[in-house]
Amino acid sequence: MAFDQDAVRRTAHLARLALPQEEVPAVASQLEKIMSLVEELSAIPTEGILPMAHPLDLEQPLRPDQVSNHDERQRLMASAPATKHGLFLVPKVIE
Amino acid sequence: MDLHEFSLRQLREGLQKRDFSAQELTQTLLKRIHTLNPELNAFVTVTEAAALESAARADDRLAKGESGTLLGLPIAHKDIFCTADVPTTCGSKMLKNFVAPYSATVVERLDAEGMVMLGKLNMDEFAMGSSNETSYFGPVRNPWNTEMVPGGSSGGSAAAVAAGLVPVATGTDTGGSIRQPAALCGITGIKPTYGRVSRYGMIAFASSLDQGGAMARSAEDCALLLNAMVAHDPRDSTSHPAAASDFLRGLDRPLQRLRVGVPEEFFGEGLDPEVAAAVQAGIDQLAKQGASIQSIRLPNNPHAVSTYYVLAPAEASSNLSRFDGVRYTHRSSAVENLDDLYRQSRYEGFGAEVRRRILVGTYVLSAGYYDAYYLKAQQVRSLIREDFRRAFAEVDVIVGPTTPGPAFALGAKNADPISMYLADIYTIAVNLAGIPALSLPCGFTQSGLPIGMQLMGDYFADDLLLNVAHRYQQETDWHLARPNLKAGEA
Repeated sequence: MAFDQDAVRRTAHLARLALPQEEVPAVASQLEKIMSLVEELSAIPTEGILPMAHPLDLEQPLRPDQVSNHDERQRLMASAPATKHGLFLVPKVIE
Repeated sequence: MDLHEFSLRQLREGLQKRDFSAQELTQTLLKRIHTLNPELNAFVTVTEAAALESAARADDRLAKGESGTLLGLPIAHKDIFCTADVPTTCGSKMLKNFVAPYSATVVERLDAEGMVMLGKLNMDEFAMGSSNETSYFGPVRNPWNTEMVPGGSSGGSAAAVAAGLVPVATGTDTGGSIRQPAALCGITGIKPTYGRVSRYGMIAFASSLDQGGAMARSAEDCALLLNAMVAHDPRDSTSHPAAASDFLRGLDRPLQRLRVGVPEEFFGEGLDPEVAAAVQAGIDQLAKQGASIQSIRLPNNPHAVSTYYVLAPAEASSNLSRFDGVRYTHRSSAVENLDDLYRQSRYEGFGAEVRRRILVGTYVLSAGYYDAYYLKAQQVRSLIREDFRRAFAEVDVIVGPTTPGPAFALGAKNADPISMYLADIYTIAVNLAGIPALSLPCGFTQSGLPIGMQLMGDYFADDLLLNVAHRYQQETDWHLARPNLKAGEA
């Protein structure tokens, strides 16, 4: 299979990574190698085999609906790059 | 013997008898860290003042007659575990300035025991790597030979323990990240059964594979630490409800009726002959101690690396989508709109290997490819688990090499991601199945690099692995060997 430069650009867009054009060829060739490594999976017979999502066959546990997290707005926002009036700042979205 | 060579048990006895105080012990190790860390780069943060305060509190409690098993004993945490008020970087530029508002359950539990945290340990960025070279804070060096890598991703933990900077450390293991560096640095490390150690506050890489564990110089010290780490945690929905256990209780059981399986697939092409010979000698030693040895097959093990490099990046691409440049991460300064803010911040904040894995994960989950890659890999994951199920119907533990070779030179595998991925060829299947496994030292190469032997057990057989390793360490002294660090006498 071919992991071409278009595929890299498309995937980088989906992953929200601003990959500069000059890096695209090198990344394409690395991803091509990785995808050819995993390509061997297609030859393994798996008809009727249930997919395994998780090691333990546990059900999602439920807990009582009680307040356990307290208001820590200041601590939670302390590592934010830009804030104002207790809100996260981002570039203008609507003109 | 100097304090930095003491085992946890010896340190505890010394503290209880007041041979030395927790403050003296802490000061000794801090001094050693200041001397050796500039070269090893095992610590990314040293919490000197907080450590001395916490040691003083431990001394007060000891003076009052408290006798907690871990009270006053030093530890350092892999920088993937959140620590309130202390930076948690995960080895990434993305989290360079991140201070978690809360501590991981593991950190909280060990704090509550009265352990003294000396700092945070270097690691591959977001735990993605097998050499500790992907860290934003620079590579860690192997204490046995500083031209060599310590392994990864818990390379800082392994190097710190091997160099005697700290007697025990926490680590995490998604595809071998505890066992592989333990092997390369000549220490003992256990990845418990999935679900035994809480993942709350442990920064997620691949949630169905990630598991925290213990790294120390002996199996007994791992057991002591695990006793405090393993517990059900309602804050982690994958935490096993029956998680608690006393790992010291069965440590001394004799190996007379132990059935050991040796997988043919672990001794094939690509295995370094010196590693093969040392591991074979380790298996012979187990036989000498009463175990019966038989050959077994894990026919799907050769597919583990491929399976992993679909599933782990898929989960990572989803987990790492939270790093958006808005709330607590690196933020690019060169942006004009919101989309650029996400795209630029993520490009600048993540290193090349992390970006690569995000791209692979995004690709295999993208429209049209899901069945061919993700679903297929999950089916092969079932087959890998079935292999272990069949094997554990016949044997109690599976033994083989931890890694295909000893520590390699810094930079040796950087150009080719695939050659780096293959460093985990013997460790990955364990994570896919979710079973426990442990690496312990079993010899050295002629050039003086440590070799690790891997023990794998059935679900919840963590105590058996510690038992086998402990008995082995009672009869051998590989785990007692120490690297010759020039500045070590300072």
